[in-house]
Amino acid sequence: MAGDAVARKPKLAVWKFASCDGCQLSLLDCEDELLALADRVDIAYFPEASRRMLPGPYDLSLVEGSITTPSDARRIQRVRRQSRRLVTIGACATAGGIQALRNFADIRAFAAAVYPHPEYLDVLATSTPISGHVTVDFELRGCPIDKRQLLEVINAFLGGRRPALPGHSVCIDCKRRGNPCVMVAHDTPCLGPVTQTGCGAICPSYNRGCYGCFGPVAGANTAAVAREFAALGMAERDIARAFQTFNAAAGVFREEAEKHGA
Amino acid sequence: MARRTLKVDYIARVEGESSLDLDIRDGKIAGVRLSIFEPPRFFEALLRGRGYEEVLDIVARICGICPIAYQMSGVHAIENALGIAIDPQVRALRRLLYCGEWIESHSLHVVMLHAPDFLGYPDAVAMARDHAEAVERGLALKEAGNELLRLLGGREIHPVNVRVGGFYRAPRQAEFASVTELLKRARDDAVAILRWAAGFEFPEVSRDYEFVALRHPAEYPMNEGRIVSSAGLDIAAAEYESEFLERQVRHSTALHSRLKRGGTYLVGAMARYALNRDRLPPELQALADEAGLDPVCRNPFRSILVRLIEVAYACGEALRLIAEYEPPARPFAAAEPRAAIGCGCTEAPRGVLYHRYNLDSDGTILDARLVPPTAQNQDVIEEDLRAVAEARLGLDDEALKAGCEQSIRNHDPCISCAAHFLSLRVNRE
Repeated sequence: MAGDAVARKPKLAVWKFASCDGCQLSLLDCEDELLALADRVDIAYFPEASRRMLPGPYDLSLVEGSITTPSDARRIQRVRRQSRRLVTIGACATAGGIQALRNFADIRAFAAAVYPHPEYLDVLATSTPISGHVTVDFELRGCPIDKRQLLEVINAFLGGRRPALPGHSVCIDCKRRGNPCVMVAHDTPCLGPVTQTGCGAICPSYNRGCYGCFGPVAGANTAAVAREFAALGMAERDIARAFQTFNAAAGVFREEAEKHGA
Repeated sequence: MARRTLKVDYIARVEGESSLDLDIRDGKIAGVRLSIFEPPRFFEALLRGRGYEEVLDIVARICGICPIAYQMSGVHAIENALGIAIDPQVRALRRLLYCGEWIESHSLHVVMLHAPDFLGYPDAVAMARDHAEAVERGLALKEAGNELLRLLGGREIHPVNVRVGGFYRAPRQAEFASVTELLKRARDDAVAILRWAAGFEFPEVSRDYEFVALRHPAEYPMNEGRIVSSAGLDIAAAEYESEFLERQVRHSTALHSRLKRGGTYLVGAMARYALNRDRLPPELQALADEAGLDPVCRNPFRSILVRLIEVAYACGEALRLIAEYEPPARPFAAAEPRAAIGCGCTEAPRGVLYHRYNLDSDGTILDARLVPPTAQNQDVIEEDLRAVAEARLGLDDEALKAGCEQSIRNHDPCISCAAHFLSLRVNRE
C-alpha cells in the first residue's frame, strides 16, 4: 500500500534560517527532476512547498540560512537532534551570508538604521554559520547554490557516499569554457583564482570579474590577488569590499579584508 | 463567554517564516494577527558605505524569488541619481529580463503554491498524481521563465549581468533561438493552465481595495510609469515617500505601509490588472473575459487567474521583444559618480517595489530606503483574513485554518522580502 511505500523512502527535510529563500528555491527549480526526486524520497518537511509537515526524525536535513537570533540558535539544536545527516545549503548556512557584515559593525546602529523601534527586535550581534552551532555533515557552497551540485549531494546521501564535487578554483572552469582571462585581457579585478568553483565561471563569461559567491577555495592565495588588484589601481577600501560580500565571515576572505582596513 | 483560539505556527507555501493568530469571542472575530518572525537582515544598514556599483549584487540577495525586481528598482534609482540615460535596446532587454522573472515567479506561485489550495492537496507533488498535465505544464512554464533569466542574467537566482548603465554583456540575436521555442510553448501552457484554473471553485468575496500600481502611457507596467491608485492618486516615483509611510508593529519584523492620508492599499497583480487592463492586447482581454474575470477583480481568490493572464502576457511580450531586438551599440552607458539622491519604482511580481539611495560625491551609499510589496500588502492581508474568517466561523478548526492560509496565499506574500514570519493561532471564546 501507499503507506508502506512512504515508510521505506528516506525522509527529507528543508529548514530555513536567516536567508533569501533562493537556495531552497533551487530544489523547486529542478523542474525536470522534481517529480522523480519525490518518487525516491519522502519530502517530509519542506514548508515552502507543502502544508504536510511530518514529524522527525529525518534521514537528510538541508539547512538554509545563518543563525542571527537567540531562538534560531536554540532551533538549530532541535533540527540537529532530529536529523541523521545535516547538510548546509548556501553561503548563509555555510559562512554567515551577506548579513554577516553586521559582525564587523555595531548591531544597535544597524537595527536603528532600519527600524523605528529596534527595541522590539530580539537579534544576535552576529550572523554565524550552522557549523558554529552544531555538527555539519557536508557544506554546499554558493550564493546561490548550483542545482546540479544540490542533486549530486542528495544522490550521494541517498547512496550512502560522500558527494563528489570539485574543490578547485573558478579559474580552472573558466579556462575550460575558453574564456579569455578578464584580469589579464581587460584589467578587470576578478576573484576567480581564490574562489571555489561550482557556478561554472558565470561572471567571466558575462565580461565581468568573479565576485566570490562560492567562498574561498582551499589554499587560496588572497594576498597575491589583492596585490594584483592594487596594481590594477584599486583603492584599499575597494579591495577590502571585494573580499567582504556574500562570504565576508569566511576565514581567509575575512582576514584579507582586515589587512586592507575593513 | 465562548472563546475559541486558532493558531497556525508556520504558514506553508509562502516564501519565509510567518504565523497566524485568530481570536474569536462570542462568534465574532476579536483579533487577527499575521506575525512575521523572519529574522531581519538589515539590508538598508549594510548598504551604507558600499559603492554604488555594488548595490545591484547586494540587493538581489534580499529575495531568491524576485532578485530581478530588486536589481531593476535599484538600477533605475541609481541611474536616476547619476543622470544616466540608457540605450533603447538596453531598456528592451531589461523589460525582457523582467518578463522572465514574472513568468518564473507567477508560475511557481500559481501551480506549486496556490492551486493545491483550491483542489485540497497539501502540495503540487501530491496534486500531480491526479493533475499531472497541469503540473507538468506549470513546470515547463517555470522552466521557460528561468531559461530566459539564465540567458540574460547568467543564472536564474541572483543573476549577474545587470549593471548601472545597462548590462555587462548584451546577447546576440542568435542566442535567443532555443528560448523562443520554449516561450511559444509556454504561452500555450499558460492559456491551458488558465482554462484549468478558471474551473476552480472560488469563494464569494468582494473587497473594497484601493489598488496601487504603476501606469505607463503605452505599456502594461514593469520598469516605468507613474504611481497611480483607484482613488485618483497620480504621482512620480520621487514623490512616493510624501504619500506613503511605514510603521513598525510589535508582532512583526516587517514594517507595515499605509497611505499618509489614512487607509490601507493593495499592490500586485490584482492592482496592476485593475489599473492597466486597457494596456493588455485585445486577445488577452478576451481571454480574461473567457476566464470569468471582471475588468476590475475584487475577489482575492481569483488573483490566481489574474497572475495567469500576466504570465500569458509576459510570454507574448517576451516574444515581441526578442523579435524586435538588435544588440545595442554599447551594452552599458558610462557612469560618473556624484552626490545625489535617486528613486526608482518598478513592478515586482508581487507589486510596487520602491528604492531610494543617497549617494556621496564618490558614489558611496550614505543612506538607502527599500519598500517591498509584501510590507505594503500586510495590512490588507490582515483585513482579508478578518473577512474570510468571519464568513467561515461555522467551520471546524482545521477547515477554518485552511481557509485562512489560502486567504494569505492569495497575495503571494514574500516574507523574506518583507524581511522581516507568519505563525495561525486561533483563539475562540
